[in-house]
Amino acid sequence: MKSLTPPLLRCLCLNRSMDFIRPKRMLYFWIDKIRNVLLRLSWHLVHSIINLCYFTTGMVHALESHLISRGLLRKYKSLHISKIRYLAIVIESEDACRTSNVIELLQWLAALGIKHVSLYDNEGLLKKSKDIILEKFDGAVLFQDTHENNVLLDQPRMTLEFVSFYDGKEAVARAANVLLMKYIKSGGIGSNQGEQIFTESQMSEALKTVGSGGPEPDLLLIYGPARCHLGFPAWRMRYTEIQHMGPLTCMTYGSLIKAIYRFTTVRQNYGK
Amino acid sequence: MYDTIVNFLRKCIFYVLSVGPIPNHIAFIMDGNRRYTKRWNLMQGAGHKVGYSALMSMLKYCYELGVRYVTIYAFSIDNFKRTPEEVQSLMDLMLDKIEELLKEESIVNRYGIRVYFSGNLKLLSEPVRLAAERAMLATAKNSKAVLSICVAYTSTNEILHAVQESCEEKWDEITLLNSSGGYEPDENVNLIKLTDIEKHMYMAFAPDPDIIIRTSGETRLSNFLLWQSANCYLYSPSVLWPEIGFRQFLWVILNFQRIQVYLDKKRKQV
Repeated sequence: MKSLTPPLLRCLCLNRSMDFIRPKRMLYFWIDKIRNVLLRLSWHLVHSIINLCYFTTGMVHALESHLISRGLLRKYKSLHISKIRYLAIVIESEDACRTSNVIELLQWLAALGIKHVSLYDNEGLLKKSKDIILEKFDGAVLFQDTHENNVLLDQPRMTLEFVSFYDGKEAVARAANVLLMKYIKSGGIGSNQGEQIFTESQMSEALKTVGSGGPEPDLLLIYGPARCHLGFPAWRMRYTEIQHMGPLTCMTYGSLIKAIYRFTTVRQNYGK
Repeated sequence: MYDTIVNFLRKCIFYVLSVGPIPNHIAFIMDGNRRYTKRWNLMQGAGHKVGYSALMSMLKYCYELGVRYVTIYAFSIDNFKRTPEEVQSLMDLMLDKIEELLKEESIVNRYGIRVYFSGNLKLLSEPVRLAAERAMLATAKNSKAVLSICVAYTSTNEILHAVQESCEEKWDEITLLNSSGGYEPDENVNLIKLTDIEKHMYMAFAPDPDIIIRTSGETRLSNFLLWQSANCYLYSPSVLWPEIGFRQFLWVILNFQRIQVYLDKKRKQV
């Protein structure tokens, strides 16, 4: 019998160990696969249960909303509507073209006695449709930046303001340039000395100068899939109560009343 | 034994959760400490101490799940309006806890957390400011996760500060150009761009938050991360901050996973 040379011996040993490793590897592979499938199934199961919970609570809210609309729930019959001086509505841009829904919402708000409404959508589609909205909803005048905030509340008709991303971060950049020009003209006093050069009221004035200085809303209602303000101007949202109303296509008068009622029960400390 | 079982179960739950998207940045508004003190008839300041333990638990859950950035609203500029005794006791608590964070066995070293203090630190008393600067320096080499503590912070102050820094930066550029040959800035040209302002924000080191949690059922942001929260899920559980636990954390992550596709779409549109 020929003796086995070392390379041949090594090759044989390798083949034998590979024969042993292969089923082991296959086993680990299948354990891994089964574990991943079980994990995914568990995850989907948990989310299905959550979706079911939301479906059930959705039914309950729809019923409650119907009862509120009919005036059958005593708690919501008298609202202290004067607590809302400025109201903002954030609408998902994909729904912003549903002008009939927007107009119906404005009609409900006008009937409740809300004096100033800011309509916001990130892409500015509501701004583009503002003429159509103002034409079809004749209960409002267009907000002008020259209006003083306290004058807005004395108007007989609702003041309507159209807001978009242009009035948010981009407006802050434009206002910064206004302040920069003032700073250059003053000769750069206080530069790099760690002093405060501008005040918040100067910033507010600069925002007004660039056409994005509306009032701070007391309440902001979000009509969209998630509770997310989608870029409403940051400078105007410091103490604004934010409530999520669901998609615009599912809006109801009852849920609007409930949101306003909830707002009227809130008490703020403003940090104190 | 009980703790080991609980930790194991929690890790299993996180394992299942990891099948779906995990938030990269979570922010907390820790509201309800004083109400907790009142509700349970405790001594003044006790609510904040229990709140601190709740914070440590929430940080543990976040970092275990794989959330890389956590931001907390520890002290607002508006909170300086409180009584001097209350402000002093909060500052003392903060000083105490910063020292604790820097200890060897603290959560910061366990998870490799880099600590930032975001806000107008000049408004703080010197001991607190120095402790904060020490903590930032001591953890500068950590890179696994980030904890951002907002003190003497408001969003409007942050925006104003960023605008101010941008103006000073442009002023320096103009001065330089002027010294090498007359340069008259054109009023019709916007020298400051949005990117200039964003890079000077206190929170520029972190991505925008995915979730902001405010406890006690309050639905406002109280001047917190207003600039950064455009496409952020806002969650307001009714529980008070010292009572927050794993159940609320789990619920918010599951809700985030339900709407993450929508939030992602909104972010990409910007």
